[in-house]
Amino acid sequence: MSEAPEELRYRDSHEWIELGKEIAAVGITDHAQGELGDLVYIELPTVGRVVEAGEAVAVVESVKAASDIYAPVSGEVAEVNLSLESDPGLVNGDPYGSGWLFRLRVRDAAEAAGLLDAAAYRASIGE
Amino acid sequence: MAPFAGWEMPVAYGGILAEHAAVRSRAGIFDISHMGQLEARGAEALTWLERQLTNRVERLRVGEGQYTLLLNDEGGVLDDLIVYRVGVERFFLVVNASMADEDLRRLTELREGAVELRSCGPGRGGVAVQGPRVRELASKVFPPGTVLPERNAVSAVGEVWCCGTGYTGEDGFELFGPGEEVGEWWDRFAAAGVSPCGLGARDSLRLEMGYPLNGADLSPDRTPLEAGLGFSVDLDKGPFPGRETLLAQRRDGLTCRLTGIAMEDGGPPPRAGYALFVGDAQAGTLTSGGLSPSLGHGIGMSYLPMELAIPGKSLALEVRGKRFSARTVRKPFFRREKLT
Repeated sequence: MSEAPEELRYRDSHEWIELGKEIAAVGITDHAQGELGDLVYIELPTVGRVVEAGEAVAVVESVKAASDIYAPVSGEVAEVNLSLESDPGLVNGDPYGSGWLFRLRVRDAAEAAGLLDAAAYRASIGE
Repeated sequence: MAPFAGWEMPVAYGGILAEHAAVRSRAGIFDISHMGQLEARGAEALTWLERQLTNRVERLRVGEGQYTLLLNDEGGVLDDLIVYRVGVERFFLVVNASMADEDLRRLTELREGAVELRSCGPGRGGVAVQGPRVRELASKVFPPGTVLPERNAVSAVGEVWCCGTGYTGEDGFELFGPGEEVGEWWDRFAAAGVSPCGLGARDSLRLEMGYPLNGADLSPDRTPLEAGLGFSVDLDKGPFPGRETLLAQRRDGLTCRLTGIAMEDGGPPPRAGYALFVGDAQAGTLTSGGLSPSLGHGIGMSYLPMELAIPGKSLALEVRGKRFSARTVRKPFFRREKLT
């Protein structure tokens, strides 16, 4: 069983986003980090980049493979987690905390309503 | 679990990096039951294998093994394998999982004289126990008085062949035998504190040693001389499939060679399929790549034209449309400091 906090919203492609914030942190789920295994490289977006919901914005690489990370909602990249450059393993160790990937200035708060809540996400991964 | 040549295999048990470190510093155990196990026996088994494989089988004394290759008629690599001489007229062959049926078919098709060739399976198993501490741990696991094989040697422990071989660059053994018995060996080693390791660490460990992977670094379009495996080819022993091509390459020289690549200033892990450039011209394509856990930077291999197939050449690796600087390096990528 992996963890999926109630206060977050999820994409079925295993990203999470903070709910009800003007500038919301985005990361990957505990389930995703477990499936990917040890992360060794993370390519973050440029601050200021405007992204649409569902657009590939970052890449996380494990020893075995590279995986795209999609923007859960539309917005502008406001901040990226620079500590991941030297320590990508933070995503494995603390996926909902210090392992956040980037923060989005959310364009339309209603967009998050279309995302999965924790129960629906857990169901989507068969938990 | 990941599908691999019809098998479901774990990529990792406890994390690739931890498993990799366990093998480099202590000991790890791999399930290699997917490897194909064949046996050839008979009065003409030796001379027949000599005509099929690239290395000189005749040099093997009973109890010794050697790395060798099965080629197509054009000199391309069909499979790399280890042949162990387990009796005067009896040979045990360990081949790649994906090639086991094809190897048996090809060898059977070429069979002649007093030779019996068969697959040892189904129901066979294999484990590889690898790492600098394996021998001292093994003394607690094997029955007292067991003579453990030296590097590249083989000895019988009950129904199991215990081979002094591996795919990690570390000391250790590979045990092949009836599946149930091999499973018991797995349990014994795990109980002795040997870390279970999956396919992921198997790949990162072999890559650090520059060991080629069939289907990636080796292919039917590349000869063993191009792959840097000349040490396993004896061109003076007599005919075997593909020999004419290799003789021509020895006479005329090679046009390309499998070369080690190291990333220079960080950047994403290199991966198979990424393109290498010199200026605007593509010089090669990675056949293998990854982050080296021991070295902390990216490494890979590519066939490169001979003028680039020497250490110290600057290249650029293209990853998702961006270029990252790399250079050619000598293999193996990882060299263990002498243990004192």
